Amino acid sequence: MSDRAMSAPDFDLAVIGSGPAGLAAAALAAGRGLSTVLLDEQPEAGGQIYRAITDTPVRDRRVLGPDYWHGAELLGPLRDSGAAHWPGSTVWSVARPREDRPGDRRLQIGLSRDGAARMLSVRHVLMATGALERPFPIPGWTLPGVLGAGAAQILLKTSGLVPSGRVVLAGTGPLLWLLAWQYLRAGAALDAILDTTPRANWRAALPLLPAFLRSPYLGKGAKLLLEVRRKVKVVDGVTELRAEGEGKLAAVVYRRGDGAEQRIAADTLLLHHGVVPNLNLANATGCAQQWDETQRCWRPTTDSWGATSVEGVSLAGDGAGIGGALAAEQAGRIAALDVLHRLGRIDRAARDRAAVPHREALERALRGRQFLDTLYRPADVFRAPADDTIVCRCEEITAGAVREAVRLGCSGPNQAKSFLRCGMGPCQGRLCGPTVTEVIAAERGVSPAEVGYYRLRPPVKPITLAELAALPKTEADIDAVLKH
Amino acid sequence: MFRRLPDIAGDRVSFTIDGRPAEARSGDSVAAALLANGVAACRNTPVSGAARGPYCMMGVCFDCLVTIDGTGNRQGCQVRVAPGMAVETQDGKREAGR
Repeated sequence: MSDRAMSAPDFDLAVIGSGPAGLAAAALAAGRGLSTVLLDEQPEAGGQIYRAITDTPVRDRRVLGPDYWHGAELLGPLRDSGAAHWPGSTVWSVARPREDRPGDRRLQIGLSRDGAARMLSVRHVLMATGALERPFPIPGWTLPGVLGAGAAQILLKTSGLVPSGRVVLAGTGPLLWLLAWQYLRAGAALDAILDTTPRANWRAALPLLPAFLRSPYLGKGAKLLLEVRRKVKVVDGVTELRAEGEGKLAAVVYRRGDGAEQRIAADTLLLHHGVVPNLNLANATGCAQQWDETQRCWRPTTDSWGATSVEGVSLAGDGAGIGGALAAEQAGRIAALDVLHRLGRIDRAARDRAAVPHREALERALRGRQFLDTLYRPADVFRAPADDTIVCRCEEITAGAVREAVRLGCSGPNQAKSFLRCGMGPCQGRLCGPTVTEVIAAERGVSPAEVGYYRLRPPVKPITLAELAALPKTEADIDAVLKH
Repeated sequence: MFRRLPDIAGDRVSFTIDGRPAEARSGDSVAAALLANGVAACRNTPVSGAARGPYCMMGVCFDCLVTIDGTGNRQGCQVRVAPGMAVETQDGKREAGR
């Protein structure tokens, strides 16, 4: 292969994830002349917040509400921008430029599409990997019939499915109330909402209320909350929770404060404790990350333009810290402007000028976020649960086993892997990472920042050997394997 | 259990669950189609044999693993149901050769 061909990338920019941040970033970058590809695992654009925005079967627009339908406004600009859109593409690795080839600054993306693996070379990667639900480990959360509230919302958006039979929602956070409101609009009945918001959170959140009073979410949120509380039985101050059943959910057991245990028969339990950044890809790419004490989660470290510690890799949206859909959209545009600057399309002054309206909109969208983060922070007992609770669903490791490993000298999540195999199943720590960090930190009496997080490695999604073996090989590839 | 809202768009799709005929809508993922057909548990874990079903619906938890058209360990929430598709619940690990 000639040197010239070696340095020609397939695209200037790959945007990974087609939620609000990815849609807005790809449209802006391609619209200003960068050859751009938008990659996403799902069959359609939208991410999770605007999931099925192009083809939801829910015809009545009042069910999903205006905030959902705002997502449709991001599709036109993407289409008009000329960006290549590759849905159904699972990215399993992003490799940094090779140190032994200083003249070649391309990043290599490994992805699978239609069952075949391939590599893409690009000059810049913008990760817009969004959020996933914070693990909510309670005894029995692995029983069939127990799902995430976010999962249930995806079922509504993609398939027009609502829970039937006896339905209980439990947890805290805006999505829990939004889902309840959408169910009411859809005519689905709810038996109870078990609110786990710790009473003490109100005291901590109150000083932050003034900023929230100027939040665009305030009016809508308050109306929605009141409507749900009027129509559904809401149990406040829930301090203990477990799911019971043989082979499937049969009952939800809870306690309020120091009160007696209560039991409700249930067919479906939907759990929610907020969302955390989906950082697996950034972590496996080597991006530095930090513990966010307010949001109680790890997030990749970024500057005000979304640039990470790895050259050529930026991050925008909830994957860089939870800010919500409207903030993600603006962060995507701001990061895309910085990519234009880095790739020599605009100078620094033009970048800064163009970013002004997006920064203003971002600031508006983030108003009051700290109030929400503080009010809806899950209680300690749900972040570091009792000994008998499974924390690693894949390997079926309990919180008690993690604590026992700490007593034997295990100092952090990476050591816990070799002690217990926790975090080594197919989910690659997505469902246990935050909990394992919190359990170890609490047991050791140190900050989660000190115990760290799993060190992840590509492939970040399982890929079959057959897919890998089918990769087209160049002389350079064979060379790389033989010499390294 | 889950039920379909009235006034829902989409064509009916016939497929099978462990050989039994079942019906879904075009656009359903396999995991959604299972839940719509009253199948909450789609596999037993290789570790303890405990029953599991779809949990996250967005491809991160790997609890909805099923065998689809003879290939094991497919993520049910990431595959769209297709006419004539054969979906099988999975007992423990993916079987060798599937």
